Amino acid sequence: MNSVNDRSRDIGPFVPGPDDDMLICRCEEITKGEIRKAVHDGMWTLTEIRRYLRTGMGLCQGQTCSRLVKGIVARELGVSPAELEPATSRVPMRPIEMKIFANEAPDEREDG
Amino acid sequence: MKTKAEVVIIGGGIIGCATAYYLAKMGIEVIVLEGSDHIGNGGSSRNGGGVRQSGRDVRELPLVMYGIRNLWPTLSEELEVDCEYHQDGNLRLGKTEKHREILTRLADSARNVGLDVRMIDGDEVRAINPYLSDEVICASWCPTDGHANPLTTTLGYYKMARRLGVTFITGEPVTELRVIKGKIRQVITPNHVYEGENVLVAAGLDSREILTTVGIDIPMTNSLLECLVTEAQPHMFDQMLGTAEADFYGHQTKHGSFVFGGSSGLERYNKDNGTPVNSSKTAPCICRGIMKYFPDLANAKIVRTWAGWMDASSDGVPSLGTVDEIPGLYVACAFNGHGFGIAPAIGEQLAKLIVTGKTDVDLGELHYDRYKAKI
Repeated sequence: MNSVNDRSRDIGPFVPGPDDDMLICRCEEITKGEIRKAVHDGMWTLTEIRRYLRTGMGLCQGQTCSRLVKGIVARELGVSPAELEPATSRVPMRPIEMKIFANEAPDEREDG
Repeated sequence: MKTKAEVVIIGGGIIGCATAYYLAKMGIEVIVLEGSDHIGNGGSSRNGGGVRQSGRDVRELPLVMYGIRNLWPTLSEELEVDCEYHQDGNLRLGKTEKHREILTRLADSARNVGLDVRMIDGDEVRAINPYLSDEVICASWCPTDGHANPLTTTLGYYKMARRLGVTFITGEPVTELRVIKGKIRQVITPNHVYEGENVLVAAGLDSREILTTVGIDIPMTNSLLECLVTEAQPHMFDQMLGTAEADFYGHQTKHGSFVFGGSSGLERYNKDNGTPVNSSKTAPCICRGIMKYFPDLANAKIVRTWAGWMDASSDGVPSLGTVDEIPGLYVACAFNGHGFGIAPAIGEQLAKLIVTGKTDVDLGELHYDRYKAKI
C-alpha cells in the first residue's frame, strides 16, 4: 500500500464499550477491548495489531478472527475495512510436525 | 502534518523507536520516518529474540553489557508492555572438536573484556538443560544472557515514544538527504521535504542507499535469515540457545511456543523478490538441525515460518555514531542479524550523543570510517 500515514492524527479518546470483554481471537484469547486499546496505543495496521497482541498467531493462524479484527480496527480508526491490508499469511497452511517438515520432497523425476 | 523537528530519524525499527523514546524523554522534538506501512517491519520483528553477550565480537560487547546491566531489567515497567525478558543464561552448543575450538576462542576473547562466560562439558550442559541429546559434547555458558519478545519490545518503544509526543509517519521512504551550508538539513521523500537540525539514519539495509546521497558509503549487503515457531509446548527450559556454527538458535517463549532461527548456508544467494520470503530449503534444514540437539521436539508442530533481511557488513559489526564529514548526521546500521538485544543500549546512547555530544560507552571502534582496502 505504502501510503503516507501520520500516526499523530487525532482518532479521539478510547471510550470503554459494554462488549469490551468479548473474545475475538479465540486461539490466543484476545478481547475486543484489548484490540480497541491497542489502536489507541498507535497500532494502526493489522500487522502491528497481530505483533502487539498475538491476534491470529495461534493454531488457526487468523482464519477465524482476522475479519472481525479488521472490522474493529477500521471502526476505531474511522476508516473503511477495505482500506486495511490483511496481515501476511505464512507457510505452512496447516501445523506440521517438525519430523515431517524436516523431510525433503522426494525427487519425482525418477517416477517418470 | 509536522515536517520540522530537532531530530529526524529515518527508520521505524527498534533502533529508531528506542532512540526517539530516549530523545523525547530528554524533551527533544522528534520525527520518525518509516518507509514501509508498519512500525518495526524489518529485522526488529523478524529476529529470534536473543538478548545475548556471548558469541559477539568484542567491539560490540561493552554496549550490550551496558544495556543488560542498566536497561533490560526494568524495560517492561518502563515501556508498560510485557517484553518477556528472561535472564536465564545462554548455552552455545558444540558437537565436534572444531566446535569446541570456535567456542573456546569466543569465550576467551569475551572474558578478556570482563564478560562472565566459560566452557562447560556435555554433562554440565545436560545438568543445565536435560533435553539436549548426547551428541552435545561442550558449550559456552554465559549466565547473564537471555531472551525477550522483539515484537512487544519494538512496539513498546513506539507506543511510549508516541505518547511522549514523537511524530511517527509510515509509508514515507526516504530517497535523499540534503546538506545545506555544510550541515545536514533536509530529508526528502516522494511526498514531502522534512527538516531537522540532526538526522539519524537507522534504516537497516536501506541505510546504504540513503547515505550514498550525501557521499557516505558503508560496505554492507543483504542476507536472508529465516525463523519458525512451534505450537505451544509444555514448559521445558528458559535458556537462550545457539550453536557453534550458528546453524540454529532459539528459545521457548512465555506463550509456550519455541522460536528457532537458522540458516541453510545459502542465505547470501537467495532470490530477492523485493520482500523477504522463506526459501523452501531453510525451514526443513533448521528442523533437521534442531532434532539432532533436541530429539524430544520431533513431534512439535510448526505453525508458522518467516524471513527477514539482515544488513551484513564486511566485518560483522554495526556502524554507529557521528559522520565526520557532515555535522548533524548520525548513523546506526549494519547490525548483522544481532541488533535486537543491543538496541536499548544503542537508543539510549545515541540519544545522549545527539543531545550532549558524549556517550557513557565508547563507540570509537564502531565508527563508520573503519573500512579500509586490503592493500
